[in-house]
Amino acid sequence: MKSLVKEFTKGIIRENPTFVLVLGLCPTLAVSVSVANGIGMGVAATFVLLGSSMIVSLVKNFIPDKIRIPCFIVVIATFVTITELCLKAYSPVLDRALGIYVPLIVVNCIVLGRAEAFACKNNLASSFFDGLGMGVGFTLALVIISAIREFLGTGQVLGHTLIKRFEPPFVFGMPSGALLVIGLLLGLFNLIKDRKR
Amino acid sequence: MNLHEFLSIFISAVFIYNVILSRFLGLCPFVAISKETKPAFAMSAAVTFVITASSAVTWVIYRFLLLPFNLAYLRTLSFVLVIAALVQLIEMIIRKVSPALYRAFGIYLTLITTNCAVLGAAVLNIDMFFVKGKPVVGSFYYSLFQGVCMGLGYTLAMLIMSGIRERLEFCKVPRALHNFPIAFIIASVLSLSFMGFNGFKF
Repeated sequence: MKSLVKEFTKGIIRENPTFVLVLGLCPTLAVSVSVANGIGMGVAATFVLLGSSMIVSLVKNFIPDKIRIPCFIVVIATFVTITELCLKAYSPVLDRALGIYVPLIVVNCIVLGRAEAFACKNNLASSFFDGLGMGVGFTLALVIISAIREFLGTGQVLGHTLIKRFEPPFVFGMPSGALLVIGLLLGLFNLIKDRKR
Repeated sequence: MNLHEFLSIFISAVFIYNVILSRFLGLCPFVAISKETKPAFAMSAAVTFVITASSAVTWVIYRFLLLPFNLAYLRTLSFVLVIAALVQLIEMIIRKVSPALYRAFGIYLTLITTNCAVLGAAVLNIDMFFVKGKPVVGSFYYSLFQGVCMGLGYTLAMLIMSGIRERLEFCKVPRALHNFPIAFIIASVLSLSFMGFNGFKF
């Protein structure tokens, strides 16, 4: 039981996929314009991560070692397709906002990375918690980045104005702002790591 | 289908919606392999080649296999597999035909299999040049040309970035910003300057 909790929590801070492992940055930067988009992307990726981790850990004994990567990709792509169809049916606005980055979850390094590094070596329960922890960590990172960008770019967070009379520098809503925010955040994390040592 | 259309695809794919600096596709190699110009150029050449080839192949598959059999929802799955197979095939051919070329960008080819720029280009082509499940006039040529242009945009960003980072070796960068953080900050400034192309209208 204790180890399952550990599998879950490691993805959130100690092995956070975005800030510590620096994986899957493309969707992170592209959709973090607003918190709503960030949460949508995070939940979609978590769903894919959970599903593919569980299936991979279930079928790991039947997959020949040599063709494991294509097999993993097929599993992941199946879950991505499910996500795509669900988004189109139930939330067309979010689907339009996320655009091509939904099908691109399939090449997100976090998902394939977890299948290859964890799920194909561990049992169902620990793969489930590993996938969940990584998904939550990814969502959390997206929320932090998109909150910063949405606040600086539009002066609002989730549609609420935080400070009155604030003239937002709109560059933070543009691609350039995303790169600046992630660069500075990674620098900040390095600084904290150095201080701890 | 006219020249005007091609010109606008060129400007928008290379400058306005640059694959890396505006669409954020293929960021991992952009940050990881851009420390020196030579490998950066080899990588971009490999990416350009694969994007072009995969644009053509995925268009044919979508138009003649997925659409007639009503299988458009298999787009993501089939594209990923086809691109992976294509990259393997290209690698084998290059190794056989030209060992020198293989040594120049052989290792980068395998990395491209899961590069989001390649799949992104294929998906974008389908989104842009198919209207309600019907290809627009000249759709195939547009897709192919957009693939080439996205590769060129990738090469441009990669070359500028590696040029800057080579000079960065002589600068004093704060310890916390070493490697990844400073690379992103530089990319941010680059992206800012590419925003200037936004005003281009045809």
